[in-house]
Amino acid sequence: MPAPELHRTTLPNGLRVLLVPDPATPVVGVAVHVDVGFRSEPEGRTGFAHLFEHLMFQGSESLEKLAHFRHVQGSGGVFNGSTHQDYTDYFQVLPAAALERALFLEADRLRAPKLTQENLRNQVDVVKEEIRLNVLNRPYGGFPWILLPPVLYDTFPNAHNGYGDFSELEQASLDDAAAFFDTYYAPANAQVTVAGYLDVDEALRLVERHFGDIPARPAPERPSFAEPLPTGERRQTVVDAHAPLPAIALGYRLPDPGTDLDGYLGHALLGSVLGDGEAARLQRRLVHTDGLVTDVSASAGLMGPLDARDPDTFTITAVHPASVDPDRVVAAVDEELDKLAAEGPSEDELARQVARWSAGLHQENDRVMYRMLGLGARELLYGRAEISAELPDRLAAVTPEQVREAAAALRSGGRGVLLVEPKEGE
Amino acid sequence: MTVTSHRSAEQIGRTALGPRPLPPLGPTRAVPLPDVVESVLPNGLRVLAARRASVPMVELRLRVPFAGDVPEHPAVAELLASTLLTGTATRDRVGIDDELAAVGGDLGVNVDPERLQISGSGLAEGLPDLLAVLADVLTSATHPDHEVARERDRLVERITVARAQPRTIAREALQRKRFGDHPIVREMPTGEEVAAVDVEQVRALHAAALVPGGSTLVLVGDIDADTAIAQVEKAMSGWTADHPARELDPPPAVRPSDLQLVHRAGSVQSQLRLSAPALRRHDERYAALQLANLVFGGYFSSRWMENIREDKGYTYGAHSGIEFVPGGAVLGVETDVASDVTAAALLETRYELGRLTAVPPTAAEVDAARAYAVGSLLISLDNQGGLASTLSALAADGLGIEWLREHPGRLESVTVEQVAEVALEFFAPTAFTGVVVGDADVIGTRVRALGGVVGP
Repeated sequence: MPAPELHRTTLPNGLRVLLVPDPATPVVGVAVHVDVGFRSEPEGRTGFAHLFEHLMFQGSESLEKLAHFRHVQGSGGVFNGSTHQDYTDYFQVLPAAALERALFLEADRLRAPKLTQENLRNQVDVVKEEIRLNVLNRPYGGFPWILLPPVLYDTFPNAHNGYGDFSELEQASLDDAAAFFDTYYAPANAQVTVAGYLDVDEALRLVERHFGDIPARPAPERPSFAEPLPTGERRQTVVDAHAPLPAIALGYRLPDPGTDLDGYLGHALLGSVLGDGEAARLQRRLVHTDGLVTDVSASAGLMGPLDARDPDTFTITAVHPASVDPDRVVAAVDEELDKLAAEGPSEDELARQVARWSAGLHQENDRVMYRMLGLGARELLYGRAEISAELPDRLAAVTPEQVREAAAALRSGGRGVLLVEPKEGE
Repeated sequence: MTVTSHRSAEQIGRTALGPRPLPPLGPTRAVPLPDVVESVLPNGLRVLAARRASVPMVELRLRVPFAGDVPEHPAVAELLASTLLTGTATRDRVGIDDELAAVGGDLGVNVDPERLQISGSGLAEGLPDLLAVLADVLTSATHPDHEVARERDRLVERITVARAQPRTIAREALQRKRFGDHPIVREMPTGEEVAAVDVEQVRALHAAALVPGGSTLVLVGDIDADTAIAQVEKAMSGWTADHPARELDPPPAVRPSDLQLVHRAGSVQSQLRLSAPALRRHDERYAALQLANLVFGGYFSSRWMENIREDKGYTYGAHSGIEFVPGGAVLGVETDVASDVTAAALLETRYELGRLTAVPPTAAEVDAARAYAVGSLLISLDNQGGLASTLSALAADGLGIEWLREHPGRLESVTVEQVAEVALEFFAPTAFTGVVVGDADVIGTRVRALGGVVGP
């Protein structure tokens, strides 16, 4: 498949623009990525970055409450937003006829969102329902993305719960929202990506028309979230009142994808060799040969591969019967990692995992929404949307030795071990 | 926060220029749907193939009608699905997966009371390999003893986890409430039922039920449709049976009744699940019902969502939709809300149902729903997987790609009066039945006080 055409520019106010034409599709997508995620929210305000994402849908100078949703959907489109470790995205995919309307809607809220007390209180309630639905009222809620980081990390940005504590969400004020917007939602701290059916010159003209007069503000200094690599094993146990079976999560540090992309991809493929498909090492050993666990998975990136800057987490998770001692699970994982650290995977084994990755990347690229979000996130995080197009070749170039080194790194570094236990007597 | 001085919220929301007008829509762009080549093989398997070369992949959907009457059918069917890819006369579990992975391939098996479905994908050039593995498991899966034993244990554990999910509990309660003891309600066996299944039952069900007659295979991707059909014929010729696959009988019509309160101790949210009869895609009023449903609760900009989420903050999500069942269709109205607002959310839900009949959708509401229905259909079909899944679902209902091509036109021609008529008939609060799942000790008194709710 040919690499996508990438057209870049930066507006005088600092807003970065990425245009990716595709003549074959009848739809177009617009995404705004803002360079702030839940790692940047202040202590005492856990969950604020996500709450603020909700507020950005509540109206802006030209758009009453509810108007954003109505205009996107009434133009035949779909929309969403999401909050990650290092960025927040807002996006729409619509029939190509609605391109200018989509740009208008995104620009209006990046210029002048309507932040009101009433909408803040309403969205605190909505976010609390979201957390009840996804965390508090179900088994394994927040496993492992909320529960594992505090085991592996020490600093507030890396360790805290990005969904937020109810009492801190309730304390969020309108002034907090104004300060957060003025600090982090400067055009120089954001990027607009347009992908799908578009004419490059026309799309650029429309981006300039709608985003160009947002006044420049200084981009905030991006803090480092670096913290020393953990040494030894850190272990925590949490009780999950809804969980019928125990679960375990192992967390390890990943190489910095910004400075050591190939090292990072070695870990990504290690995750596949361990966990993807019936022939994967941990599936064969833990699920079938030893019968220790019900299901097991392994992957690079707490919220997905190449979705955050450094530091990020390699995770192995498993659900297992109560009759199995979690230390037996850990010991079996360690043995499999030791084998890979000694011998590496075979050429064929690795080639098969690379073929699956390539197929998965093709499927992602087949949807304008995922293609746009992947390009946009990699451009924002690493300054190189090209990474998306290069991934199949870069993964194919990863050698068994690099995967061996990744396994050795996991075995020699520190780690976090999270044990989830059902409530006594349940 | 990190800045010492910043604008106030009020200053942020205003610019010197003031509010700006919404830009108009540009010219619409049509990309025609591909032609679908269809063939019925001598063994009775119906094959649909379409070329869409957007990426060098192929998507595969095999749907086998898979109804069964005996009480153990759901448990045996689940174990069959779990062990279908674990061994054949010539390949073991790892061998099957290795062959698939070599062509970037994946196959997954899923079964419900109506059908068994095998979904997969792979690099387009690997289609012959994908089909070879598929044919091998269909014709000579052995369901090895040790694999059945291990998968039985895992299935029991997975069912334990699934049954701890409030959505599973609510779904099961709703199915029983609206369809009684018809086999359609048996979506998930119990752990005990699975534990009682032996390997001979699995093999016997495979031989009797996993058959080509009445089944449909859909292929969409970077393929030549005629060549792909020839490849299927070559690979699948050994898959034969002397009887067709078994269709599920239509369930009884949904009858209005009081809502059933279902107790889930310690629940911090409640699940509201309401249901009423709806229309099949074949019905000339289907497009009108689709629009009425969107206006009620079928998308974010619906009356119900705007009320209970954006105004009241009772929920994160509220959704209504049309679900197809053999020979018919049902409306589903579903939301999860905090325990302390359960009664209030039920009251607002009934209010919005009543309002859709008494204050029918306006022309503006219908136009917005229409644009969304047309646009979101276009978006959902703009990839290989979406088109393959849609063609498979339509084929099960006896419809083809012509229905998809013509559907935007049907949506365009629906009048506001037609939407009002179907709203009155299908969204009347008196048409509904359903369940409320939650901690009855917390929500029971207030919910029962509204009337029309029975249970603990």
